Formats: sequence, structure tokens, C-alpha cells
Amino acid sequence: MATLTLSTLDKKYGGFHAVKGIDLEVADGEFVALVGPSGCGKSTTLRMIAGLEDISGGELRIGDRVVNDLPPRDRNISMVFQSYALYPHMTVAENMGFSLKIAGRDAATIETAVKEAARILDIEPLLERRPAQLSGGQRQRVAMGRAIVRDPDVFLFDEPLSNLDAKLRGQMRTEIKQLHARLGSTVVYVTHDQIEAMTLADRIVIMRGGVIEQVGTPDEVFNRPASRFVASFIGSPPMNMAEATVTRGALHFDDGTEFPVPPAFTVAEGRRVVLGLRPDDIYPEGHGIHSESGHAVERRELPVALSEPLGNETLLFTEVAGQNWTARMLNPRMVKRGEVLRFHLDLSRAHLFDAETGLTLRG
Amino acid sequence: MDANASARLKKRGSAWALNIALFISMLIICLPGLWIVLNSLRPTVEIMAKPPVWIPRELSFDAYVDMFSGVGQGGIPVIEYFRNSVIIAVTSTIISLAIGMSGGYAFARYRFKGKSAWFLGLMLTRTVPGIALSLPLFFLYAKVGLIDTHAGMIIAYTALNVPFTIWLIDGFFRQVPRDLAEAAQIDGCTRWQAFWQVEFPLARPGIASAGIFAFLTSWNEFALASQLTRSTDSKTLPVGLLDYTAEFTIDWRGMCALAVVMIIPALLLTYAVQKHLVSGLTSGAIKG
Ligand SMILES: Nc1ncnc2c1ncn2[C@@H]1O[C@H](COP(=O)(O)OP(=O)(O)OP(=O)(O)O)[C@@H](O)[C@H]1O
Ligand SMILES: [Mg+2]
Repeated sequence: MATLTLSTLDKKYGGFHAVKGIDLEVADGEFVALVGPSGCGKSTTLRMIAGLEDISGGELRIGDRVVNDLPPRDRNISMVFQSYALYPHMTVAENMGFSLKIAGRDAATIETAVKEAARILDIEPLLERRPAQLSGGQRQRVAMGRAIVRDPDVFLFDEPLSNLDAKLRGQMRTEIKQLHARLGSTVVYVTHDQIEAMTLADRIVIMRGGVIEQVGTPDEVFNRPASRFVASFIGSPPMNMAEATVTRGALHFDDGTEFPVPPAFTVAEGRRVVLGLRPDDIYPEGHGIHSESGHAVERRELPVALSEPLGNETLLFTEVAGQNWTARMLNPRMVKRGEVLRFHLDLSRAHLFDAETGLTLRG
Repeated sequence: MDANASARLKKRGSAWALNIALFISMLIICLPGLWIVLNSLRPTVEIMAKPPVWIPRELSFDAYVDMFSGVGQGGIPVIEYFRNSVIIAVTSTIISLAIGMSGGYAFARYRFKGKSAWFLGLMLTRTVPGIALSLPLFFLYAKVGLIDTHAGMIIAYTALNVPFTIWLIDGFFRQVPRDLAEAAQIDGCTRWQAFWQVEFPLARPGIASAGIFAFLTSWNEFALASQLTRSTDSKTLPVGLLDYTAEFTIDWRGMCALAVVMIIPALLLTYAVQKHLVSGLTSGAIKG
């Protein structure tokens, strides 16, 4: 196990700047998730850590060794590929024992290690099969088994669950979490699924266009997003947003709606801002999640455009400030289309971002 | 009779029809070969008989005995020809495969300047019929002293085979996902080990077929060899067939016997290699 340090790590593909000098410190045993939209440089970053991609600039350290120019095999890392990348001409056991075989361990050691990993992942009956004879979920397990057997300093995962169906993905997510708890290993996990990131990670790194937008615990990135981008990326359904101008201490929206400035913020007169409010913080009266005591709550009569019952909750769609907003109704009851409900908007939990830079205006 | 039974009958009927069609086409394909074997075992009179004699009256191995009984006693230097053929075909196959693997791998894996132009250029060399090269090659070889040498033939055949082996092997390396070599490197392999442990075994069917093709081309080639070889130093078996033609006669039986001697190693080799020609080796590497 080891720490992992990225200092102004840079990657250029010819003229294209894919990763722009990112800094990141991963503690020993920490689980860090790299999230961001497609093409933001997550895989590139991971592949630089793995040694599969040349580093154009900056420094990469595992433990206290600088590994910039070491080949992958000298970095003592394991990687689970999105495609699993199992060796099709080897059995499951051979796949899992391959790294030890290359390292020149004797057959007995290899067998013990493979058996142990197979037991942990519950794939003992599959050991003699070939990858072609496995289901997608089983291949996924074998790929993880191959990573475990190596007993690396750092585990790297590149979207390991994205080829699985929703149910299996949920199940494997839990297993990865248990596995991490059990092995206590340092993990860098790339995903574009923010739920995966939230549930698994100790800290989340949100990337966009080759730069890090925010690093923080799931709680921090959810409750104190550093930018409009982070706010819209984390959380499902996504945060509701609307642009406004600050005049006479209030938010004036383009359609004429007016809200007070949320209490946690002080903004200059005339500034263009974006108000962000999570679906959890707009709900019909008596159907909210959070306590309202001491909160600045706005009350509005709004017609429901559409409702999506999910059983334990219902998502309501309604127009606020000219935008189509989503509201979350707990303890739901039947809501008819067009029905006018009294909505509470908990402005104490709202966010304000600069309309131009997208950065948070929280002090 | 219900619909199921009739469908079953129909299915079985078409399977039979297919088998019969296959049998007939295989018969047509194999007939010349059988004819050669048959002719090597009977006298010229019977070979030339019209209408053809299908069932031979007597079989004898005289042609083979003669062939090996040395020059002057109706024999030809078959041992030398055989040796030349083996040396030339095997060496040029090995070189073609080595170049084909490196080239095919490079084309499949790396991006470099003028890649498609190079590839097209290689393919274009195949559009030149080999025989058109024989005269220029003859002059060139005469100048540098490569006429009637093993090296000369090996170079010529290697040049002939390389574009094809590169093309074929390139296609097979393309089918091997890049991730696999990367996974192997992470598992502790050097680049070189990753190639031999993972990529090579998976591209083996392509390499094996390229090998068979290269070998058979060199083994069977006649036109160039007949120009560039002179003596038992480098004459190959196909050229050796000409030894059975005299000014006014052709010893068909001897020729057929030599042809059989040529065919047998090729058959054996193909048989030995064919177990590597399985398809779908790379399935299961990725996804679900
Ligand atoms: N070999 C390459 N040559 C040139 N550009 C590349 C190369 N590999 C990646 N890129 C570019 O670098 C950027 C980052 O790619 P990367 O694969 O890291 O994205 P990602 O965040 O993993 O996206 P995804 O979620 O789709 O996997 C992309 O814009 C991509 O087009
Ligand atoms: Mg990626």
C-alpha cells in the first residue's frame, strides 16, 4: 500500500492538451474516484499513473518514489480495464496467476494466491474455464481477481462496471466497497457515473476539460459544490438552475420572478448570478426531506406539469423562473397533471454561482 | 404428417444434399492429385491410353526406384533437388514470417508517417506478375553473382512473400485488443514479453497461415527458379521435373513420381500446421 502524488501532471497528444497540470494527493488506503464527462481526461490520467501513457510534464510519485519514467511493471500497480482485457487463451486460473508467473513464483504459491482471490470473489467453480465461457459479470470478477492476486500498492479501475446491467452494477458496487474495506488498499477509480463515485469514494475528483474542478468528500462536493459544473454533475436528478440579476438585494429572474438572495451569500448589486436548488430543496408543503426550522423558505403556488411516481417518492416537474425544475416529493400522494400545489423552496440550502465564471459565490 | 415432421425431414434432406454436393466438389478437387499418384505407379502406355484407363492393370514402384537410383541409371539428382527445395523454402519462409510479424505488428499497432502509402506500396508490388521480374532479376543476379545460389532464390522468394505475410498478419494483430498487451505489461511483462505471452499466441492462426502460404509459394514456384538456377547447387524440385523431358519424349511416369515426392512434404506440413488455424481465439477477451 502506498500514497500516490500527482504534481502538475500534464499530458499533450501532439497539439491537443488532454490533461492540464493537475495536482492530487491520494492518501494510503484511500479510495479516490475520478469523475467527469466523456473526454475530460480521466482515462488519460489513470493511464499515466499506470505507466501506459507517457507523461508530458509534472511529477508522479507512488510512495516516495518518482515513477515518471518507470515502465508499468516496475510501478507495482494493478488495473482493471473497462473491457476487462482477460487473456482469452488462458483459463481463469491462469489469467489470475499470470502476474505471479511472470514474476517467477513457484506453482504452489501461485495456486494458493489464486485460490484465495477466487474465494474472496466467489469464483472458485470458474477457475478452469476460459473467458469466452463466462458471463459479463463473471468476467468482471475475474478481472478484479487478477488485480487482487498481484497485491499491488495501488489499484486502478477504469470504468469497471460500465459494461454491466443496472442490477449487476449495483451488486458489484457493493462488492467493490466491501473489497476495499477488507484489503484497505489505495484505489483510483474512474467512472462517469456520479452515483458510483458518491457511494464508493472517500474523496471525489471532478474533472472537466483536462483540469480538476473540485476535490472533496462526497458530502463536500454534494453540499458545497465549488462550481456550477460540479453542482450540475453531482446529484440525481441534477440541480435546478436559473440565471438572475441582483437588484435591490433580490434575485430578479429573466421572466420577472423574484426571490430573496439566499442567506449564506452576499453579492454585489447588478451582478449576473445563477441560482441552484436541488430537487430535495423544492417540495410540496409537508413533503420535504430536511427540517425547515430557521431556514429561509419561499412559498409559491405552482402548477405541476408532470409527475413521475417512483414509489417511495415522486418527482414533480414545474416551471420556476422560466426554467423547467424538478421537485422531490416525499411520502407522495397522487398528483394530477396541472394540479396547483403549494411548493416550498428552501433558500437556506440554495447555491449561488457567478454566471460568467461559474464559480461559487459562497464566501 | 404434421408440420414438425415434414420440417425435420426437409432439414435432413437438405443436409444430405449438402453432403453430396460437398463430396462431388471434393472429388473434382482431389481428382488431379489422385491421377498423379496413379500415374506414377503405371507405365506410360497406360497413362497415354485413350479412352483413359481408370483401374490400373498392374502397379509398380519402378519410377521411384529409378528416381533414386542415381544419375545415368534413369535417375535424377532428386536428393540434391529435395535438399535445395527444403533449404530455400524453409529459410525464405522463416525470413518472410519474421519480417511479416514485425511489419504486420507495426502496421496494426503503431501510427507513423506515410503508413497507408507504405501499405499500398507493399500491396502494389503484388500486382506485378512474378514472371515479369525474371529477366531484370536475371541481369541483376548475374551482375552480383547470385545466379544458381540458395541465397539468390531465398531473397527472391522472400521478396515475393513478404507483402502477403505482412498483410495477413496485420489483419490478425488488429483483432487482438490493445488492452491485452497493456494488461500484460501491468501484470509485470516487458513490452517484449507481452508480445510473446499474449499477442503472439492470439495471432498464431494468422502467422501459421502466412507461414503455409509462404512455404507453398516457395516450394511450388517454377518460373523464377527455372531462370535463376542452373545446377544441382540450387535447382529445386519443380525445376527438376524438367529432367524428365527429353528432346522428343516426356517420361510422364517419372514426372508424376517426382510430383508425388513434392506433394508429400507439403501435405504433411499443412496437416501439421492446420491445428493452429482455429478461429475465434480472441473471443472472450472483452466485455460481456
Ligand atoms: N491517443 C490519443 N491521441 C490524441 N488524443 C487523445 C488520445 N487519447 C485520448 N485523446 C483525447 O484526450 C482527451 C481525454 O481522453 P480520455 O480518454 O482521458 O477521456 P475520458 O475522460 O476517459 O472519457 P470517457 O469517459 O469517454 O472514457 C479526449 O478528448 C481524447 O479525444
Ligand atoms: Mg475513459
